[in-house]
Amino acid sequence: MNAPEKLPTVRTGYIGKSEPRPNAKRLLQGRGAYVDDLRFPRLAHVVYFRSPYAHAKLKKLDLSKARAQPGVIATVDGRALAEYCTPWVGVLAHLKGIKSPPQHAIAIERACWQGEAMAAIVAETRAQAEDALGHVEAEWEELPVVTDMEAALRGDHVIHPELGDNVCFRRELNAGEVDAAFAKADLVVEETYDFGRHTGVCLETRSILADYNAAEHSLTVYQATQAPHMMQDIFSRHLGIPEASVRVICKDVGGSYGIKVHVYPDEMAAAALSVMLRRPVKFVADRLESFLTDIHAREHRAKVRLAVSREGDILAFELDDLTGIGPYSVYPRTSGIEGNQVVNLVGGPYKHQHYRAQMNVVFTNKNVTCQYRAVGHPIAVALTECIVDPAAARLGMDPAEFRRRNLIADDAYPYSFPSGLKFERLSHHKTLDRLLQLMDYKRLRAEQKALRQKGVYRGIGLAAMIEVTNPSPAFYGVGGARISAQDGATIRLEPTGMVTVMASVTEQGQGTEGIFAQIAATAVGVSMDKVRVITGDTGTTPYGGGTWASRGAGIGGEAVLQAGKALRSNILDVAAAMLNEDKAQLDVAGNAIVSKATGEERLPLAEVGRVGYFRPDTLPMKFQAELTVTRHYTPREYPFAFTNGMQASLVELDPETGFVKLLKHWCVEDCGTVINPMLVDEQIRGGIVQGIGAALWEHCLYDDNGQLLNGNLADYLVPMAGELPDIVVAHVSTPTRTSELGAKGVGEAGTSGAPAAVMNAINDALAPLGARVAAQPCTPERVLRALGKV
Amino acid sequence: MRLSSPELLVDITGLKELSGIRVQNGVLRIGALTRHCDIERSTEVARHVPLLAQAVVHVAHVAIRNAGTLGGSIALADPAAEYPACALALDATFVIAGASGERRVAARDFFRALYSTALGSGELLLAAEFPLLEPGYRSAFIELARRHGDYAIVGVAAHVRVERSMMSDLRLAYLGVGATPVRARRAAAALEGKVYGPQVVAAVQDALGKDIDPMPDLYHSGATKLHLARVLTGRALAALAQ
Amino acid sequence: MSQAPATEIETTFVLNGMPVTRLVPARQHLVDFLREEMGLTGSHTACEHGVCGACTLRVDGEIVRGCLMLAVQANGHRVDTIEGLSDSGELAALQSAFHERNALQCGFCTPGMLMAALDLVKNRPEATREQIREHLSGNYCRCTGYHAIVDAVEAVLEARREGAKR
Repeated sequence: MNAPEKLPTVRTGYIGKSEPRPNAKRLLQGRGAYVDDLRFPRLAHVVYFRSPYAHAKLKKLDLSKARAQPGVIATVDGRALAEYCTPWVGVLAHLKGIKSPPQHAIAIERACWQGEAMAAIVAETRAQAEDALGHVEAEWEELPVVTDMEAALRGDHVIHPELGDNVCFRRELNAGEVDAAFAKADLVVEETYDFGRHTGVCLETRSILADYNAAEHSLTVYQATQAPHMMQDIFSRHLGIPEASVRVICKDVGGSYGIKVHVYPDEMAAAALSVMLRRPVKFVADRLESFLTDIHAREHRAKVRLAVSREGDILAFELDDLTGIGPYSVYPRTSGIEGNQVVNLVGGPYKHQHYRAQMNVVFTNKNVTCQYRAVGHPIAVALTECIVDPAAARLGMDPAEFRRRNLIADDAYPYSFPSGLKFERLSHHKTLDRLLQLMDYKRLRAEQKALRQKGVYRGIGLAAMIEVTNPSPAFYGVGGARISAQDGATIRLEPTGMVTVMASVTEQGQGTEGIFAQIAATAVGVSMDKVRVITGDTGTTPYGGGTWASRGAGIGGEAVLQAGKALRSNILDVAAAMLNEDKAQLDVAGNAIVSKATGEERLPLAEVGRVGYFRPDTLPMKFQAELTVTRHYTPREYPFAFTNGMQASLVELDPETGFVKLLKHWCVEDCGTVINPMLVDEQIRGGIVQGIGAALWEHCLYDDNGQLLNGNLADYLVPMAGELPDIVVAHVSTPTRTSELGAKGVGEAGTSGAPAAVMNAINDALAPLGARVAAQPCTPERVLRALGKV
Repeated sequence: MRLSSPELLVDITGLKELSGIRVQNGVLRIGALTRHCDIERSTEVARHVPLLAQAVVHVAHVAIRNAGTLGGSIALADPAAEYPACALALDATFVIAGASGERRVAARDFFRALYSTALGSGELLLAAEFPLLEPGYRSAFIELARRHGDYAIVGVAAHVRVERSMMSDLRLAYLGVGATPVRARRAAAALEGKVYGPQVVAAVQDALGKDIDPMPDLYHSGATKLHLARVLTGRALAALAQ
Repeated sequence: MSQAPATEIETTFVLNGMPVTRLVPARQHLVDFLREEMGLTGSHTACEHGVCGACTLRVDGEIVRGCLMLAVQANGHRVDTIEGLSDSGELAALQSAFHERNALQCGFCTPGMLMAALDLVKNRPEATREQIREHLSGNYCRCTGYHAIVDAVEAVLEARREGAKR
């Protein structure tokens, strides 16, 4: 345990140790509690009648035959449900000009994408509800379908005529003297990139069980969600139940990655149906529904231009981005944030001062898009890093050296980027050096050259990145969204000397509860096995934002640290009173009160608990033991705690088949204080593989009629173990000074940088063949076309 | 997900006599309920029908191969599946039972259209009979799938006689290129009686364009599939020539 | 469906070592039966058509997909689930290695992944890293990127090989 002399600042204790997560044990035995594992009396099951068309008017809907089927409890259309659930509009005040029409839990008489829920069928079993679904009778009138983003921008057909056009949001940015920079550039490189729309594919589909208690007019919702308090607020406002009477419980969640942080009409409908039917109602999406209705992300077409001097200095970036988001801006985070982030982040690692961007977010008749792990970053990093390579090549410079020349210097902070972002402290150069050493860059380049003589085409790709973490209220709160940027932790010493932590950040498998136990054990002075962590329950935890935007460790962790320190201080007050000694001479370490000077044990913590709770009469008359404390934390000094990192990919390309084999992947990341290296590395690895998926395989394919062509796990290609390489992870640590813990976020770093690294590696392999690809996913078809083979 | 709603489903998995691999009457008879994993482990298959042994490891994953059967693959007739192409390349015969007794159908007459076979209503596939490997013959099976265990984009089952480096009686059957597995006879003819070499390979690849006209799939155009089929053909011939 | 309700069939099998007899709807998948009727919720449904591996079970000692087998087809067979193999201790070494190496995050794929890994440990004890990847290639994990899973399985195989040498 900790050396007592390290007090009273942050002790290291478990911080920085690869402790296995205590909560993983139940999952390893199949004893998790995901929503679909819960058993309730009088539970009703809802399934939805969904639009088979991407855009159509529902001329007639006859639910009477479905209603008459065995076990059916209710059949409900959009109008009927609107009596129980008010519509919403996905806009934010700080995204100026963003617009979207009202959206209902069940659409009323018009479907705007294939899969939109048009009616609900509730039955005693799911099988009965699905049986009844076959008896719904509907008549449709098809409406013009807008699937192409450029056609949407032109406005040939306007999806929501009342909005005037198909533009949801538009942003322009002009910083520095862009035209002058391009005019004096020795080299201008320009390329247009296509990014395939893809999605999160959580293994556990979206799941909700809503249990309305009519006697209390209260609602308890068991939901696979990242943001229980946000959902509590939303259920309260849209269902008309006092906030204090809504409790959202989030037990185990089978993957989320940003998919489970949004308001979904079918989930709102399930809650409204529980109110309407005065009994518990469960909705669990099947896999086809998941592909049709889980948010998609990242459908962009972007032209990027780079101005460079003969010496290899980046002078300016210019961006024109177009993204299609489906027919609604998703509530409450909006579908404007992803494009906004792309504008914010393009060119981010480099020291140029001239940057111009324009970006259009347009409505289409496909499924909605919104924030999925690394929001905008994979696009921005690819746009930046994929255009940098050809510039370096045209100047005859090694891509690593070109980057070294242009990365913001490690001693240049605090630093303001042309898009207005402020960086507290980054470590691009240290990171680059570490990466090149880790991968043995020179040897790899020599090997690559030698193999090319033998007809083996290997490619090495690099990608530098910056990443938004620990967002302040500048992200959502200032725009009017009731999404908390602060988080809280309550810590209690139990009579037995155990420590209970209740935290508002949720556990989705990333290890929140594990690192909170590490932080709490360290801060209080107990061993980790004495700490129990409770998350995911608005009824018991402090108020907070939950899990998103790489914020759990940095924000929630700081709250736990401060609460733990406060509890330690309060424990010492009790111990000092018990021992009649000076508090300053005492400390908590190894589950006991110890003498600060000698480390000698004075009292077991259980004794403090016993006296504090059962014999306070033995303490001084005016002394009250406070063995429960709560602390909160809000990042304030900077809008975001930026991190930086760099990735590298090694691939081998088969020029005959267009197949790409991933040989190895490296990542060096600077997320500040590393609380648990093993968990951090696993966040990075998992994130990288999601990024690799986007680069090589994942793509929601729609036809011109807005029909999703590959909405199942056989046809939509997720990364599997057989095709993936080993991934080497290392760290540079530049703790943020804005918190005592010093932790920045890391959950999205892997996903941000991997697509660019892989694309650059593929293009590096293709370079001697005179070919280049600029579209993701990079399929054999696209490689073969680039090679002119087909 | 209700992808199908059969009115009547008959479980035949309990019929032990439909399972098993044995040599009889000069053929290797594989019962319809023989599982992929049984074929994978069979020394008889490895010795007498090495093409099948090469193909079976491409069938999905272990947990699928432990349950899925030869008969299931043949009767479903997915054009991207491995066994139908192997059966076509080797001129296998299918044994079919119906109310009026047994009949035999050659593989070339069995696969009729997309997911459609010569099996009539009320009929059951009992077994497949593969000719035993003859001296001088070699087999190669190659396929391209984006991920391990996926249905192939395109694949080839190849079988040839090699005598003093001269190749003859080449059979090429392709999967993933049409509504059914496709036997490429013109491409095979381009090799007949020739010694393996780059020009011969090019002639076979060239002729393949007259045999197959692949349909696009979700990710690949017909032209790409034809290109890939040609690449695989070259690789298969190289393997056969070794 | 225009049919009358599906028939129910009496089905008897050995579940985690204990005999079970139930009237089972003919159309119910084995994994749904285990979850809904037997309360064994450790096996998960995720893709519902045999490609993700989350429902992987053991029938007569061999791994199969619980979503591709009807419950009535278990009649006369031996079925083992994550719960049973946890209680028997058969999975203990793998579970411990997965825990130590954090070879899971959300845990939803984990029971199926452990089933596939145990099959490898039993049947391919000499497997290389690449063969481990291949053997697990039918089990989808969205969280880990697989590296830690491969590490954990490799650690168990190595420990066994070391143990065999002694």
